Amino acid sequence: MIGQSLHDLWFGFGVAFQGSNLLWSFFGVLVGNLIGVLPGMGALQAISILLPLTYVMHPVPAILMLAGIFYGSQYGGAIGAILMNMPSHPPHAVTCLDGYPMTKQGKGGVALGVTMIASFFAASVGIIVMIFASPLLVQIAFKFGPTEIFSIMLLGLLAGSTMSRGSPLKGVAMTIFGLLCGVVGTDVNSGSFRFAFNLPELSDGLELVAISMGLFGVADFLLNVNRMKSIGDTGTLKLSDMRPSKEELKRAFPAMIRGTIVGTVFGAMPGTGPTITTFIAYALERKVSKTPNKFGTGMIEGVAGPEASAHSKTQVDFIPTMSLGIPGDAVMALILGALLIQGIQPGPQLITEHPDIFWGLIASFWIGNVILVVLNVPLIGVWVKLLKVPYKYLFPAAMFFIATGVYSTQNSLFQIWEVLVFGIVGAVLMTLEFSVAPILLGFVLGPMVEENFRRALLLSRGDMSVFVTRPISGTFIGLCALLLMGVGYSAWRARSHRKAMLELPKAPDSAPPAEAVAIGGK
Amino acid sequence: MHPHGEDPASHALRPASKFKKDYYGGALLVVVGLAAVYAGVGYRVGELAHMGPGFFPVALGGLLALTGLLIALSARGEEPASEEAVSHGHPGGMPDMRGCICIILGILAFLLFGEYGGLLPATFAIVFISALGDRDNSLTEVTLLSLAMCFIAVVVFWWALKLQLPLFQWGG
Repeated sequence: MIGQSLHDLWFGFGVAFQGSNLLWSFFGVLVGNLIGVLPGMGALQAISILLPLTYVMHPVPAILMLAGIFYGSQYGGAIGAILMNMPSHPPHAVTCLDGYPMTKQGKGGVALGVTMIASFFAASVGIIVMIFASPLLVQIAFKFGPTEIFSIMLLGLLAGSTMSRGSPLKGVAMTIFGLLCGVVGTDVNSGSFRFAFNLPELSDGLELVAISMGLFGVADFLLNVNRMKSIGDTGTLKLSDMRPSKEELKRAFPAMIRGTIVGTVFGAMPGTGPTITTFIAYALERKVSKTPNKFGTGMIEGVAGPEASAHSKTQVDFIPTMSLGIPGDAVMALILGALLIQGIQPGPQLITEHPDIFWGLIASFWIGNVILVVLNVPLIGVWVKLLKVPYKYLFPAAMFFIATGVYSTQNSLFQIWEVLVFGIVGAVLMTLEFSVAPILLGFVLGPMVEENFRRALLLSRGDMSVFVTRPISGTFIGLCALLLMGVGYSAWRARSHRKAMLELPKAPDSAPPAEAVAIGGK
Repeated sequence: MHPHGEDPASHALRPASKFKKDYYGGALLVVVGLAAVYAGVGYRVGELAHMGPGFFPVALGGLLALTGLLIALSARGEEPASEEAVSHGHPGGMPDMRGCICIILGILAFLLFGEYGGLLPATFAIVFISALGDRDNSLTEVTLLSLAMCFIAVVVFWWALKLQLPLFQWGG
């Protein structure tokens, strides 16, 4: 079976290396990369803008170009997140947490370099998994009912919310707030409007891109205006600055491997988008780290892990999309739509009926990733020049990009109101020392959490015990409990430590215990 | 969500210690949570086996109010922590008011001109007004920057990306 796969892959490379196919791949990567760097413009926008072009193309170059756009814009999004704190593609919100502080310390080049290595490595692993393990992963995915999906999402939410710096309690509060934001819109079961305030524009719910631009872009400008001269004050950045040092590689590499594993495991599970995988990868890095309190200040692990997970996840995400016709997220849904427009029905027969498309696509993934690396080596100079633009020019220009980019998601000015509101909300919350990233996590998962919770309880006739009695679900719930206990225990230890410190009236010049710092304000 | 109630100027002007921040933050969450519960009850709650549209909002609102309460309570008796920043390494204290007002006005101007003027006036307005928020910018610099962004708006968004917003339009 492996021999057959390798043979088919060889055939796929033959398809992908044909002159015109290669050219379209390159075109897709280049355009995707350029669009992806623009704030507010992610893979979703890039693909929707160029989708009409594929109507008149042959299926193979069309799908190769779309895949190229996908990669290019995803990497472009990481550039915006690291250099300007603007995540145009929601999974990169996590990359901002440590990538942007690295830029502020003059290590933005290293962050980009590590992102490039991590994405190439993870994508390669994802492709290999996709080739050899897809039948197995599809079977596991079939075992997931609403009960299991709810439990794993609960675990993801808990892991994600305790990852923020400072108090885990505040992280949980922000996740719940995000879940509430996800409730806005039409209730799928009854069709009634919730929190729509009689605005027809809110009937579809809030716009993800608008929220992330508000929370991370506008809120950041509100807090930093007149306080920052430029983002990176380091003199010059050369190509060699992208190369991480041995020490940095030693820290980034294990994180990359862990991130890849997280992304691969989650890739096979239906309904989990790349955003949740990056949050979980970040939480994992923080858990295994010896210095969890330093996360958020520019830890290279916090960039390598999540980026790797996002890239392996998006690879593996193609499995349910292509073989079952179930898209994992909006981008996959668009690619699925492009296939359907070409008259190709995704499903178990796709591989045998259209081997040129399936294997050509897989081969083009690799080629696309190589093109991306080759392309971004010369382009790095352009990206880092962005850093030297004085803040007083940068933020007004970025305001325009955000407004126009967000407008283009639905051709509606209403989304800009959302950006404004979430910008102010984000600034207020950050002033009150809340971390806003978990809001996004809650928002993304909110509708799916509610749907699966309601469906699971409908099936069990209101019996809550199903979540514990079904084995897969019960395992996840058990992990949730362990996580909560761990958080509670470390908080309690920090508190008793502090009490002990207060009782000694003059604890002379000894440093505060590590735990007290780790828990921050708790 | 009740963002209109959260005026950044109302409570943060005084030098806020850690204690005060958690106190206000927790209280804010309690208010938002209770508002969600109140609204959710109006949507029909239902029961576990047949949840109504209000069930999830009520549950979340209750949880949010509870965590808010815990945050406010745990703020009590803590000494002000001297950690430099929390989420993104922002400097603490109040943001710059002139900058904030200009950024907000810039977005509002884009909304206004986007509706009644077209892409070019909207672009000029958002860049011009938000750039005025920076105290180091001169009027000439601001004008040149706005014109440059108008050029990008035409070439990149209107011509290359075919943005569905006319360059000029008179009235809605």
